[in-house]
Amino acid sequence: MQNVRRIAALTAAVIVPALLAAQTYPTGNDPRNGLKSGRLDAGTAASNMRQVSFSPKPAQFDTVRGLTFINSDMAFGTHFVYQGNFAGFSIWDVTSPEKPVLASVVECITSQGDPSIIGNLLFISAEGGGNRNDCGKGGVQNPKDHMAGVRIFDVSNPRAPRLVKNVQTCKGSHTHTVVPSPTDKNIVYLYVSGNQGARSDSELVGCKNGTDPADPSNSLYSLDVIKVPLDHPENAAVVTGARIFTGLDAAPQSAARTSAAAGRGGRGGAAPAGPPPQPTGPRNCHDVTSYPAMHLLAGACASYGLLVDISNPEKPVRLAAQADTNFSLWHTAVFSNDGSKVVFTDEWGGGTAPMCQASSMMEMGGNTILTIGADKKYTQHSYFKIPTAQSAQENCVSHNGGLVPVPGRDIMVQGWYQGGVDVMDFSDADHPKELAFFDRGPIDPLPGADVPVAANAAPGARRGAGGTIGGSWGAYYWNGLIYSSELDRGFDIFELLPSANLSANEIAAAKLVTMSEYNPQSQPHIVWPAAFPVVRSYLDQLVRNKGLDASRTTAINAALDAAEQKTGKARGAALTALAKEVDGDVSGAKDSARVRTMVEAIRALAAVSK
Amino acid sequence: MISRPRLLIAVIALCSSPLVAHAQGDMSGMNMPGHIMIPSGSIITVADVEFMQGMIAHHAQAIYMSRMADAHGANPRLLRLATKIDQSQVAEIRIMQDWLRRWDQFAPDTSSWRTMHMSGMLTAEQLKTLESSKGVDFDRNFLVMMIQHHNGALKMVADLFATPRAGQEVDVSVFANDVVSVQTAEIGVMQQMLAQLPEK
Repeated sequence: MQNVRRIAALTAAVIVPALLAAQTYPTGNDPRNGLKSGRLDAGTAASNMRQVSFSPKPAQFDTVRGLTFINSDMAFGTHFVYQGNFAGFSIWDVTSPEKPVLASVVECITSQGDPSIIGNLLFISAEGGGNRNDCGKGGVQNPKDHMAGVRIFDVSNPRAPRLVKNVQTCKGSHTHTVVPSPTDKNIVYLYVSGNQGARSDSELVGCKNGTDPADPSNSLYSLDVIKVPLDHPENAAVVTGARIFTGLDAAPQSAARTSAAAGRGGRGGAAPAGPPPQPTGPRNCHDVTSYPAMHLLAGACASYGLLVDISNPEKPVRLAAQADTNFSLWHTAVFSNDGSKVVFTDEWGGGTAPMCQASSMMEMGGNTILTIGADKKYTQHSYFKIPTAQSAQENCVSHNGGLVPVPGRDIMVQGWYQGGVDVMDFSDADHPKELAFFDRGPIDPLPGADVPVAANAAPGARRGAGGTIGGSWGAYYWNGLIYSSELDRGFDIFELLPSANLSANEIAAAKLVTMSEYNPQSQPHIVWPAAFPVVRSYLDQLVRNKGLDASRTTAINAALDAAEQKTGKARGAALTALAKEVDGDVSGAKDSARVRTMVEAIRALAAVSK
Repeated sequence: MISRPRLLIAVIALCSSPLVAHAQGDMSGMNMPGHIMIPSGSIITVADVEFMQGMIAHHAQAIYMSRMADAHGANPRLLRLATKIDQSQVAEIRIMQDWLRRWDQFAPDTSSWRTMHMSGMLTAEQLKTLESSKGVDFDRNFLVMMIQHHNGALKMVADLFATPRAGQEVDVSVFANDVVSVQTAEIGVMQQMLAQLPEK
């Protein structure tokens, strides 16, 4: 058994081949280098995006330093953005993105406060040891008051959210992910992630910190699943702990233990007697991303990236596991829209450390691109890290993001903490590249500057002593704009601008995709409407990648212009004729697949032109 | 046996390190090592402060060990792991020092490992063994000792969370959980690397 496990672990833990595209920091000047420091007056640099608005953090969340009051993740519903905070959450009314308006600020100590919205129910992850049932400050005096799990708020009145239920879990909830029931519209499941240990049985009955991943009574090595009846959220409860981590123990214990014991032979006596053997495989995920339309889940689970079948949300089944010694902490995942690729991020340094310095290891703390084969196994292709060095004052590593819905391409926007907001094209899994960015200078002054310390500030409240954690927790595209949650400063909104590598048509096509509700870790399947910008996006891509002869792309462009001038049935007829013509281009084109997709888009447009 | 050298190193750090002295700010409000004072009603506890102070020393020894790898002929994969441990833990020491200073506590510097002895840290004899080994011997000793060292860090976190009221302050809680995730994974990697070394 031991040997079988060992071999399985070694096979799963593929060492990254050296041929993976390795990046180096560019030597040339980058506008992001040397930006002026400052909290609200830092220098900024932007490429191919513009800032629509910045809203400072509400005063309720801006006193104590450290992580106590930092903003966390976001969820999107109707015209509201729900922004989590380690001490509660904000609801922003973004009817006017140039001037977001705070609908409410709810003070409720809840680290790390990751939100999801389903209708009028807001779910908030609670992990930290100081979170209380009553949301209060001052920490947990009596373990019975400890809240670790998922809070459910009713936000039907966004000006007065109401706490409906605290769902307690053994390990708390660092993050959670919505998985809708495939059969019952009234049921959603919350997959609860986090690497914290379990609490004691005396605090919450049934909890157990064990070492055997297969032990069904062990709270560790299981993915907790909460079932929520949407019409009775007060009945939400943990229904299962899915054992998707069994057999991932990478420890070849026999050999190592013998050598380790020999190595401890010193007479010093200060070495520990040796803790009981702990499995070294993941005991939970940090974060999982569901893709309900594909019945898939990508789990970012400490030392592994998992692929999980969620056809039955109460019985998730592991399909594949990828390990990589260049990844410190598999953190979060984003699928390509067709489900053939996954971007995983590595939160090297935990998000609070400056891991994008010129001296930092380039292969760590970034993204990796995997493809999913027909056999539902992963193949690792490349790494991507923001192609500019950040200062020692800037906590920086790849973090949360989501797709930018440009048809025909795989584009992702994400936060890199103080590394800024970055847009990456991963259409070519072997050669991801940057398309746009926004970056601020560090919050703290650079070393050597006189560091002011507020002498009267209470312990823990000082600003200016260095080490201020900030930047973009996550950046997401929603209904035409990019929203970014800034940990220390507040809330940013951006808009993409056309460039050589992203055309006005592609940006316009992305804006046609609207979602009334968006929880980034529960990935929606994007479907583009029949529209001219969608067709023109494919055409622009064929021009850019020379996938079709220039004479043909010019002719098709002219035909599209002419068709757009017409209306009704005449337009439909023109488009039908064009589609037939372009059919003839498919076989001879260098990028015939894209030409075929364009024909389909032209036909779809013809069908709605009547 | 433990408290005396700790005090000594504190005095050295205060006198000789401009970085430490500068960042301490108002000296009058500062706690001295070994005399941890926590205002009543504070979210932090003595155990939190001791954990952060001790983990600085713990990390500092891991950095010292990691920086030997290059000169001692470590294999390329081990060298990369050592660089990763070095870069990760240097950053974490800064996080811990910032936290201690923010809470008006004494912040040890990177020389503290020579006098503070935390769980899993190498004995003087083990250090001598590591310092005198080269090539594959170094690789083996490094891996065995760093696994021991990492296991000690896991024990420190377990002890922290087992202490009533400790580990509630959010920075401590986040940091301690990160230590567990990262070092557990690294132990797994090191055990694999150890198994793949050529036989003695």
